[in-house]
Amino acid sequence: MSDNVEVKTLVIDGHEVSARRGQTILEVARENNIDIPTLCHLDGLSDVGACRMCLVEIAGSNKLLPSCVATVSEGMQVSTSSERLQKHRRTILELLFAERNHVCSVCVANGHCELQSLGQSQGLTHVRLPYCNPELTVDASHERFTLDHNRCILCTRCVRVCAEVEGAHVWDVMGRGIKSMIISDLHEDWGSSSCTRCGKCVQVCPTGALFDKSKVGAEHPKYPDFLPYLNLMREAR
Amino acid sequence: MSQTITIDPVTRLEGHGKITIQLNGQGEVEDAHFHVTQVRGFERFAQGRPFYEMPSLMARICGICPVSHLIASAKACEAIMSVRIPHTAAQLRRMLNLAQMVQSHALSFFYLASPDLLLGMESDPATRHIFGVVGAKPELGRAGIALRRFGQHLIELLGNKRIHPGWVVPGGVTEPLSPAKRDEILSMIPEAYANVQLALAAYKQIADSFQPEIEVFANFPSLFMGLINEDESVEFTDGALRLIDARGNILDDGITASKFTEVIGEAVEPYSYTKFAYYKPLGYPEGCYRVGPLARLNIAKSMGTPLADKELVEFKQLADGPVQGSFHYHHARLIDMLYGIEKIEQILSDPLILDTHVRATAGVNRLEGAGQAEAPRGTLMHNYKVDENGLITWANLVIATGQNNNAMNKGVLQAARHYIKEGKFSEGILNRIEAVVRTFDPCLSCSTHAFGQMPLDITLISADGEVVDRVVR
Repeated sequence: MSDNVEVKTLVIDGHEVSARRGQTILEVARENNIDIPTLCHLDGLSDVGACRMCLVEIAGSNKLLPSCVATVSEGMQVSTSSERLQKHRRTILELLFAERNHVCSVCVANGHCELQSLGQSQGLTHVRLPYCNPELTVDASHERFTLDHNRCILCTRCVRVCAEVEGAHVWDVMGRGIKSMIISDLHEDWGSSSCTRCGKCVQVCPTGALFDKSKVGAEHPKYPDFLPYLNLMREAR
Repeated sequence: MSQTITIDPVTRLEGHGKITIQLNGQGEVEDAHFHVTQVRGFERFAQGRPFYEMPSLMARICGICPVSHLIASAKACEAIMSVRIPHTAAQLRRMLNLAQMVQSHALSFFYLASPDLLLGMESDPATRHIFGVVGAKPELGRAGIALRRFGQHLIELLGNKRIHPGWVVPGGVTEPLSPAKRDEILSMIPEAYANVQLALAAYKQIADSFQPEIEVFANFPSLFMGLINEDESVEFTDGALRLIDARGNILDDGITASKFTEVIGEAVEPYSYTKFAYYKPLGYPEGCYRVGPLARLNIAKSMGTPLADKELVEFKQLADGPVQGSFHYHHARLIDMLYGIEKIEQILSDPLILDTHVRATAGVNRLEGAGQAEAPRGTLMHNYKVDENGLITWANLVIATGQNNNAMNKGVLQAARHYIKEGKFSEGILNRIEAVVRTFDPCLSCSTHAFGQMPLDITLISADGEVVDRVVR
């Protein structure tokens, strides 16, 4: 360990753990086998703290912090699964389900969807809010892939992987708030955009919003694990 | 004074419907209707979705016959892709469709119809159900449950799911058949044979006692339509449609899915959400026809399997020419089941059945496609139009129940006129009128359509009775 690494000690869910300065609470929790649910976070991509699933409580503060971007400090006391947090997480999921048209039974990602899995693991049994049922389009102009806005949760993983890893920055976000939409280039059809057809966005999409045209039914497992390896290999070069 | 008798809901059917019978001042039946009272919007909400999603989306229309929808839909998609699916995939789908026919017919015959047939039309309504049948005729009750399990389990073995298997996709199926699954299906077949033979023997014993019902249960001359192979044997999944008249003459033949809409039209009546299909050259309602087990057996020259062929010969002796009494749908249904089990056994002996090439791939090569198959209750047709990216712009489904709709309505009127005299009727008589509809085994939820805009008339009236405003759509 080099001299400039500063070690912080903190408590997560009653366990004393140590961390390096600058590490996020999420990183340290996972290193110590403490699970914090996430949705927009993906190992290998920068964090944006967008989905708020990873909120944690810090003793002495009323504010809930997104653990994917909040860094550790000395003596911090973190709680990751209080009743209050669980309630907030379920509410976030309800909002996501109510905002667009998520119909699991006919979705290509059925059984392989992170939103669906989180609904199950967080004990979501009902959506108490009225569904928005927005009329959204499907962009099937790409030769190999399809974008279904009905199933998009605006996690921006596709935007980040395209910009940070592929270096193409085809995807971006248009609009504000609930009206935000993922767009390719300057809001052109995906098929006529500058897409390199690498398919990384499809693999990192947590739902069935981005999918391979050759996959139908519930036959679309995704493999986002390639990202940390890809980054590691690039750093080694 | 005129009176309306309403039977709502009609029980032991798949879906929700009601019957109304209008009596005139003398208590005679003036008119009668079978209404399908629910509405589904599948053709509308398919719009904008990718075409390759259609089989799994459209199958959700029904929990009884999702396989028929999967197959008709996949075939329509394959017409859009312009591909021919691998032989093994076609055989596996054929087997899946037959498995569904067996389970659906078992449901129709044993669960829905047999309480009337085995316990009697006038028996106590409190026990006139499948549990009553199990109590009174345990061996037949068990046979019915076992046959339904046979079909459902076979669907699960092939498609990994009993209801709405995602295994059928445009281009074929997602995975081949494993030797272990083939052997398991083969091991189930002897019991299935025994059960269907038991039901056939039991039905033939009691059929004669229903002669009065046979005479008036939708018993009239009509056209018939169904799928057949080139050798004029019964077919459920491929082949082409043949239409015959009441005397058995061929009116139209070789009707492929793409030709279907050229010859078949759909009329709309104000009292039902189900459309009325008819043969265009004869117009509506003269061109109305019947589909389903009775039609298939009337049209086919053979079943193409030895045991069912023997039964077909016996069945054809019921009439000189096509059998017109709809009560005989029950009999035809049992022969269908026997054929299904035999055919499944035949398909499993196909040397290529375990082949692993089971899917063809392609993109959009045509902007319109249609596919047809036989659902247990009759011919089913899916027709889609897509844009150049493969998103659905228009969809139409012609369902077996819509094709039998005219015959069901005529049958209800025929039975009501026969049984209701001087405005008098009993529970047993109303049950007989419901039983007319049961012979067709209609699937009401599949068959409903919104046609155009719902009529709307809003009148705003002030406190002194003056019309302030009126909106009519």
